[in-house]
Amino acid sequence: MSTETENPPADTKPKVKSPPPKPVAKKPEAAPVELPAFEKSISDKIVEKFGDKIKVGFVKEDRVRINVGKENVHDVAEFIRDALNYDHVESVSGVDYPQDNEIEVVYHIGSYSESSLARQILVLATRAPRETNPIPGNDATRLPTLRDIFYSVEFHEREVFEMFGVFFEGHPDNRRLLLPEDWADLPPLRKDFAIKGR
Amino acid sequence: MIKDLVTPENANVFVGKLGDILEKAIGKPLGYAINWGRIWSLWPVHIETACCSVEFGAASSPRYDVERFGIIEAFGSLRQCDLVVVQGTITRKMAPRLRLVYDQMPEPKYVIAMGACAITGGLYFDSYNVLPGIDGIIPVDVYVPGCPPRPETLIQGCMLLQEKIKRMKSRKFV
Amino acid sequence: MTFNLPSGLALQKVDERIMTLNVGPQHPGSGHMRIIVQIDGDYIVACDPDPGYVHRGEEKMAEYRNYITNIPHLERPVIHDSCNVLYPYVLGAEELLGIEVPERAKYVRVIASELNRCIYIMYWLAIYGIFLGHSTMFMWPAGDRELLIDLMEKMTGARVTHAHFVPGGVRNDLPPNFEDVCLRQVNYFEKRIKEYAAIFYDNPILIARTRDTGVLSRQDAIRYGTTGSVLRASGVDYDLRVKEPYDVYDELDVHTNVMKEGDSYARSKIPWLDMLESCNIIRQALQKMPKSGSVRVKLKPNPKTKGLESVYKRVESGRGSLGCYIVSDGKVEPYRVKLSVPSFRNLIALPNLLKGEKLGNMPSVYWSLNYWPVEADR
Repeated sequence: MSTETENPPADTKPKVKSPPPKPVAKKPEAAPVELPAFEKSISDKIVEKFGDKIKVGFVKEDRVRINVGKENVHDVAEFIRDALNYDHVESVSGVDYPQDNEIEVVYHIGSYSESSLARQILVLATRAPRETNPIPGNDATRLPTLRDIFYSVEFHEREVFEMFGVFFEGHPDNRRLLLPEDWADLPPLRKDFAIKGR
Repeated sequence: MIKDLVTPENANVFVGKLGDILEKAIGKPLGYAINWGRIWSLWPVHIETACCSVEFGAASSPRYDVERFGIIEAFGSLRQCDLVVVQGTITRKMAPRLRLVYDQMPEPKYVIAMGACAITGGLYFDSYNVLPGIDGIIPVDVYVPGCPPRPETLIQGCMLLQEKIKRMKSRKFV
Repeated sequence: MTFNLPSGLALQKVDERIMTLNVGPQHPGSGHMRIIVQIDGDYIVACDPDPGYVHRGEEKMAEYRNYITNIPHLERPVIHDSCNVLYPYVLGAEELLGIEVPERAKYVRVIASELNRCIYIMYWLAIYGIFLGHSTMFMWPAGDRELLIDLMEKMTGARVTHAHFVPGGVRNDLPPNFEDVCLRQVNYFEKRIKEYAAIFYDNPILIARTRDTGVLSRQDAIRYGTTGSVLRASGVDYDLRVKEPYDVYDELDVHTNVMKEGDSYARSKIPWLDMLESCNIIRQALQKMPKSGSVRVKLKPNPKTKGLESVYKRVESGRGSLGCYIVSDGKVEPYRVKLSVPSFRNLIALPNLLKGEKLGNMPSVYWSLNYWPVEADR
């Protein structure tokens, strides 16, 4: 990590010196020049297969992020498992973006069986439409489940369903997991659910 | 003399009076004995509610050894227990279960609220799923503050409870 | 000749003998969760874990606190492993805020993290002793654990909730003479835990109760996405301290303990081997640590991040790989904090392992998953 992050500032410093300091704007330009090669090869394989159906979010050391629409997420996940040897999902997180009117679901996918991928985390992000007045399970906030591809997402997706109201179509067990049985409020991790006194 | 006083009509009155006299005469020492028995055999229910259970476990470890103060380790059916140590946060999902456990226990029963979360909600005062203190659900005898309380604090809380029991009126004995 | 009984009096069929049993939340064999098991005689046919009794909404509350005030808050899921549970959050916040940590602080972190791992495992082992009805195995680890708690108390000032790691280093420097005391305590501790082999791991009763119960094959361990000791007990060589070394683990010699069997016995032995390895790591770190220097980069109050950015950091905690996903939007508070906790990831193995087991084996299988309910519920 240290070698990668130290280099770009060293390159940019002479350029930045003369104008009033704006190093924050310069850094993202300098970074893509030396993308980590192995991580780049992973993202290239996915881009080669799916073309413009996906977008590469970032390629950092050990982390590759792929943004994909909800209609292609199942195919991309299947390709990731079969062709790239990723075999388990570490975490499924929802992120609520009220300004985009979307809820993002982020899968962090890793690999145990392939030793070269041991450091790697592939971040697969997809977005579901967000409803202003959610009725969890009965509205348009739906995504295809990845449970038939990665068995390990079972409880994670149940958690996302109750915390964000994202219904996973095809998930065999969409019951409540952590919240009390009588929870009738908004899904609590949405941004419009305010906690006491805030 | 006593033959004149006691007739078959008022015999039951005298028996009742005799009970009162007996209670007056030996009630105090007997109540003391009963309370003494209760003090040295407090059995907590094994209900862990949050992270304070780590320090509860440490309190019965060899270094602190809460057993020497008569608080016996928590391994029993709740029908035999007379103490609830609420070990931390009570969430909305846990609250009905805690009340159920409390209701199923036989009298007399005592409650220690351990940790800031059990007293006021503590660090989770603004959480959506945490009760602001347990005294809304069950009556609390002793509050043990801390996040989490050190084992010594818990032991002191237990001793305060024993002190309280000592001064309590023991219930009716027959 | 057949009788037509009124519906309320219908005789129960003989094969309808499957009984549903609630284990927990008030049960010595379940901790803070409920396990709904269906049993046929003595055998479990189905199991449905019901966590959430300690769901306190940590992730929601983290969105309302800034990067520094989140620290005491996010260590509460596992207070006896508080350094490790905080570690990925601190690493992530450092990357977002662009802070470089001094060398000495990294070593102090490694020492604190390894001490905490031992403290966690000792508590876990003590409870495992209770679950198996082995009272000595509660008393010994619970007593020896206090040695290391003393060390952590010297280092940080608190028994279990240290809040020692901050973005930019650690809160305090080591107290004077800490290195010698630490070395002495750790050597004694190592000697003590080696004695556990005779009383616990070579104990025929323990072996009879845990061997070949809840066998998790290598393939399934990978498929379920388990982590930590559960994964390594099933023969997968995966330890983030070796595979993705953070801070100074790449300068230390870390050995990964792997066992092939995948049963409860292997899952209970791997943490013990990890403790012996932790003692080695602490000794190495004490030797290689710079003897003086700063341990903390001072931050401005209310530090802000650069903009919409996300980071996923993970460390090897006492239970396995613990990840933290932080999304920031350039404000003083994080936009979203997600803890990907090993207990929650290992939970999925429980229903699959318990199927076909005897009910009496449930506690040994359940606790061998290295499960801490408070962490899983967050």
